[in-house]
Amino acid sequence: MPKAKVTVTLKEGILDAQGQTVKTALEHLGFAVDDVRIGKFIELQIPDSVTAEDVKSMSERLLSNPVLENFRFEIEPD
Amino acid sequence: MKFGVIIFPGSNCDMDAVHAVNDALGHEAVPIWHESESLEGSDVVIVPGGFSYGDYLRCGAIARFSPIMRAVEQHAGDGKPVIGICNGFQILTEANLLPGALHRNTGLRFLCQTVNLRVENTDTIFTRALKIGQVLRLPIAHNEGNYFAEPDVLAEIERNGRVLFRYCDEDGNVTPEANPNGSLNNIAGVVNAAGNVLGMMPHPERACEALLGSDDGLGIFRSIVGEF
Repeated sequence: MPKAKVTVTLKEGILDAQGQTVKTALEHLGFAVDDVRIGKFIELQIPDSVTAEDVKSMSERLLSNPVLENFRFEIEPD
Repeated sequence: MKFGVIIFPGSNCDMDAVHAVNDALGHEAVPIWHESESLEGSDVVIVPGGFSYGDYLRCGAIARFSPIMRAVEQHAGDGKPVIGICNGFQILTEANLLPGALHRNTGLRFLCQTVNLRVENTDTIFTRALKIGQVLRLPIAHNEGNYFAEPDVLAEIERNGRVLFRYCDEDGNVTPEANPNGSLNNIAGVVNAAGNVLGMMPHPERACEALLGSDDGLGIFRSIVGEF
């Protein structure tokens, strides 16, 4: 069964308070890091009949909020 | 007037709204389950606060597709009043009935406190009983109340006086310190271009009786029913 792997990220320029907090925490652990942004990973098991167009539509209509987020995806065949 | 209060799985401020309308305002409120396709002749729709669908994926992202939302969208399109409170505001932005989006509070904390709101525009059905510059004390209870809109959208909202409420100090000064969640321009509530759909993060329905700390929210409901 094919798998659609969708990644949803905050748009550039939108304050990522969680990312900033994680950055600070990593620095406290002694790691050097310039920036951290946190997104979502959504994995969908899809029937063969579901197309890339369908996944794009799912991503636009539900999986991401176009005001705040971008998305990208890849489809892995069986 | 008849107020229909939508209940989604996870809504929790629905009965507060029903009580505020029935008992504080003295008009009729009915709860409407999200799977219904009828607003039962409601004049005003309230989309209440809470955690519809557990805030899964994003606050309001799933509720916006509930069966009742077709009727709510029709109601809004017909120019009739819709008020989205807290999660309701989030649902209305996800449904594109209001511009912008609500995201995580900049302080990353769930905020449960009283805020001061400055009334910015009294030319709407929601604020006509109020005065410009009036300060309302209302409770907030949210983790994702940070209002964002793209620069051109924000400019249009501001240019057309569509911001109804801003976070302010007790004297009505709109300052960064008075902003609890990082909302752009201290925006706490906005109205759509036609002026019939309001979304606000603070809870007027929880401030309709002095016994509960403030009855400043009653003015908004009195504005809607024209009793002032």
